[in-house]
Amino acid sequence: MDKLTQVLKILEEDARKTPQQISTMTGIPLEQVKKAVKQAERDRIIFKYKAVVNWERVKDDLVTALVEVKLMPQRDVGFDAIAERIYRFPEARTVYLLSGTYDLLVLVTGRTMHEVAAFTSSKLATIDGVQGTVTHFLLKRYKEDGEILLGEARRKKREPFMI
Amino acid sequence: MKKRDPISKKVRALSPSGIRKYFDLIAGLDGVISLGVGEPDFVTPWHICEAGIWALEKGDTAYTSNYGLIELREEIARYLESRYNLTYDPREELLVTVGVSEGLDLAIRAVTDPGDEIIIPEPTYVSYKACTNLAGGIDVPVPSSARDGFQMRASEIQRRITPRTKAILLGYPNNPTGAIMEREELAKIARLAQKHDLTVISDEVYERLTYGVEHASIVPLPGMRHRSILLGGFSKSYAMTGWRIGYAAANADIIESMVKIHQYTMLCASVIAQRAALEALRNGDPQVQEMVAEYDQRRRIIVKGFNDIGLTCFEPRGAFYAFPSIKITGLSSDDFAEKLLKEEKVVVIPGSAFGKSGEGHIRCCYATSMDEIEEALERIGRFVKKHRASR
Repeated sequence: MDKLTQVLKILEEDARKTPQQISTMTGIPLEQVKKAVKQAERDRIIFKYKAVVNWERVKDDLVTALVEVKLMPQRDVGFDAIAERIYRFPEARTVYLLSGTYDLLVLVTGRTMHEVAAFTSSKLATIDGVQGTVTHFLLKRYKEDGEILLGEARRKKREPFMI
Repeated sequence: MKKRDPISKKVRALSPSGIRKYFDLIAGLDGVISLGVGEPDFVTPWHICEAGIWALEKGDTAYTSNYGLIELREEIARYLESRYNLTYDPREELLVTVGVSEGLDLAIRAVTDPGDEIIIPEPTYVSYKACTNLAGGIDVPVPSSARDGFQMRASEIQRRITPRTKAILLGYPNNPTGAIMEREELAKIARLAQKHDLTVISDEVYERLTYGVEHASIVPLPGMRHRSILLGGFSKSYAMTGWRIGYAAANADIIESMVKIHQYTMLCASVIAQRAALEALRNGDPQVQEMVAEYDQRRRIIVKGFNDIGLTCFEPRGAFYAFPSIKITGLSSDDFAEKLLKEEKVVVIPGSAFGKSGEGHIRCCYATSMDEIEEALERIGRFVKKHRASR
């Protein structure tokens, strides 16, 4: 694995790791680590540092829906322009262009199902070029971004002493 | 009439492992961080578990050949061929064992007559002495030191060879020190073995876990193939400790002798574990590399951490143990471990549990999360500050 990838993988797993820690873990000299991180930030390879919050454990959790959006491609415009009109809404947390039976997948969040449905019907579906939407409400997250989000962390049980 | 002791004298004489009291000490304690484990913190990769589950669903529940499934032996033969350029006939020169533990026991029992001397490293895995004694043999420990990176020196072995010496038992990468053996030293030991017509038993259960250096085995060295018993396993490489599966490779005469014992005691290794091990060998390589890369990062953090605290730690290049010196505290390793558990709720294993040369050290397993390692280092740092020996 090349040096940049090593550094990125560590930060992706735990963004709080300091350059000193990364240097110790990989054997890459400290100055090189600092330089690589700065450059990656400048190049937007490292987009952002954030805590991944498991909102379902917070009292007032959000409602999330996956909305399939079928588009009518417009002359001179294509999908990108329509996608931009959608993703400018803060309620549209994630927007993907997909192959298959529909075109865009939009993750919509709101405080209630009603709020999500209202956004979809009044703001999303009404956009010029949107042919139709199908809304799927997210009921349970099992795994996200490689992390298993079980009720209690299922840590492997081991004998504390083993010679 | 005097009551007779139902237990054999030989078993009474077996020293219990030096850590029994810690089980009581830990009972009821909350928030303990254990660096005293001896196995990976990874769960066996899912595709390997799946292979085991599938075997059960298919109704694969009967005995296998004493030697183990032929498909597994063929795969092991392929592995040893590509890894070491060693050729073993899967039908007669390979045995699937119940973990390396059983392979070790079989190998020792197959070669040891009562009174025979077996040369073992020190500090080392406690089973070597126990199995030797159980077989009626005499263990001859060869002390090693941090100065030598805890390698066994051929010169130290030579001094201890007598007409009764039967075999040399090597266990590298080493538990508890994390030491590896360099090829040059292995070559010297190989020459000794040939000169004195000794069998070499090589416990290589940690062979996939090396850092910055290729694992060197004594078995491929000139003249060694037919006087060595190579023991390999899946526990540490594929995180399959609970499955109990390993193998032994040696010439047909030795394997046949080991099978003789094996068929009367174990019969065969678990068929489910064998099916899973087959999958591990065929497709498990990428995960092994990931796990080793992960261990390596933790290794660097823990070794630097100990050195920063004042517990001088030589760089372990194998297994997943660090073996720092606690001399700066002036405490015995047993005292250190007990006090550390009571005062900071961190479990480490006293080096003395692994032999006299282990005194003055503690064994710390870094097969645990980075967060736990960092927290443990913090607590140990506090403890060392408190207990620095006054000059």
